[in-house]
Amino acid sequence: MNQPVISAQNLSLTFETNDGPVHALSDINLDINKGDFVSFIGPSGCGKTTFLRCIADLETPTGGNVTVNGMSAAEARMKRAYGYVFQAAGLYPWRTIGGNIRLPLEIMGYDKAEQAERVKNVLELVELDGFEKKFPWQLSGGMQQRASIARALAFDADILLMDEPFGALDEIVRDHLNEQLLKLWARTEKTIGFVTHSIPEAVFLSTKIVVMSPRPGQIYEVIESNLPRDRTLDIRDSVEFNDIAHRVREGLRAGHAYD
Amino acid sequence: MTKAGAIWHRTAPVLCILILLLAVWYAAAIALNAAWAKDKAARADKQLTFSELVSDTMAQEKPLLPAPHQVAQEIYKTTVLKKITSKRSLIWHGWITLSATLLGFAFGTALGIMLAIGIVYSRAMDMSVMPWVITSQTIPILAVAPMIIVVLNAVGVSGLLPKAFISMYLSFFPVVVGMVKGLRAPDHMQLDQMRTWNASSSTSFWKLRLPSSMPYLFASLKIGIAASLVGAIVGELPTGAVAGLGARLLAGSYYGQTIQIWSALICAAVLAASLVALIGFVEKVTLKRMGMLQ
Repeated sequence: MNQPVISAQNLSLTFETNDGPVHALSDINLDINKGDFVSFIGPSGCGKTTFLRCIADLETPTGGNVTVNGMSAAEARMKRAYGYVFQAAGLYPWRTIGGNIRLPLEIMGYDKAEQAERVKNVLELVELDGFEKKFPWQLSGGMQQRASIARALAFDADILLMDEPFGALDEIVRDHLNEQLLKLWARTEKTIGFVTHSIPEAVFLSTKIVVMSPRPGQIYEVIESNLPRDRTLDIRDSVEFNDIAHRVREGLRAGHAYD
Repeated sequence: MTKAGAIWHRTAPVLCILILLLAVWYAAAIALNAAWAKDKAARADKQLTFSELVSDTMAQEKPLLPAPHQVAQEIYKTTVLKKITSKRSLIWHGWITLSATLLGFAFGTALGIMLAIGIVYSRAMDMSVMPWVITSQTIPILAVAPMIIVVLNAVGVSGLLPKAFISMYLSFFPVVVGMVKGLRAPDHMQLDQMRTWNASSSTSFWKLRLPSSMPYLFASLKIGIAASLVGAIVGELPTGAVAGLGARLLAGSYYGQTIQIWSALICAAVLAASLVALIGFVEKVTLKRMGMLQ
């Protein structure tokens, strides 16, 4: 239990480009424990998405290493250790919502009865019951993103990696989805890594906020949140919430996010 | 708008253009055939009135440009009034051409899809095959066709296959180009997503790349089938004008049977239009069932 679910040691990643090397990540050390909700925040180019992609084995680090469930990132990916939610919902237009959620289950070889059962369960979880037979274009952007979260939850991965999943949505929809995401996290007890640009979003959702700074991309500060796990949107008006938001902003400023 | 109104809305512009074309055609027929009519009259030492001139240009046996109704009569005579098995039946000739077209189209589509898969999945093929595919289409088919027919004949292949081969030669090209684009349509995010599920490359092909390519495939097939028909007709020209629409065209030009040429020409055009429309229909049904048409 004390073994961290995700652990990075001296992780670095340098892209060779025509304009010389770009240090996307430099000397990242971070442990994420089971059941944590960790947000990565920082300006563009600070490497937050790149770090998430390293955990997911979508990028290969050039130095240091990262373990997921005690395995290398590549082994963890092969064992389907995580669900990944991208910035865009990326639903297949030729599949219904149910069909889209079934897709990873088909690939992973679940039998038909189990597929149907799981699709039904996750649709309930994201409050999309009744939309199984609809096609993606019949749903709003927020509903599509919920379907894509359902798709990442459908199989047995206890880690959920989310790369600015609500970045393209308006604030009202976003608030609603944030609340839903917290409920979902409480019900499923998943470990969540969440990349965002928004300070309120990071503070509202997280147990741990990782403030990153650019050039080279590195962790500037890790802020542990003392907010209760069970939160509603009202908590945003509290003194504690504003204290943490203030610390995040200070961290971003000191990490030259506003230069 | 009512249903009838909607249909009228769609067909009216097409009808307008059709009427305009017919008017131009008649006017051109009168202008072009007048010389022969006057010539004839001069030899018979007669003076033609304008209405006599017009009616003569409409009813010549070998007009420079046959009038539309002459072509229509000829088509009626050689389709409805002839037995299908008769060598004078345009339907019989049309079927000969159509069978070569369809066979060549099937070959061409299969070849095109296979080449596209190779190009998308193999870097070596991407670098080496594509330039040759493009080169193949820069060679005028009229120059290649007789050689293909002769060479295949020499090795004992004759009849349907050589023509189908030329159809294939013309129709695989749009399929390759369209399918390469279509199979590459999935973006980075969708491919990464497949990776996060540890999907094999055959799984990504069947579940992501192939369905993504469908709209591209149908667009290519529409061009491909029309090219196939052209290929089959071109393939019939050097065979000595035995059978097929191409043979009718060639025989017509040997004997100055302009009406026969034009009726074969119209027949080929109608055939091409129907084939393209048929693919359009299959496209609509398929994409609708896939949920890709709203």
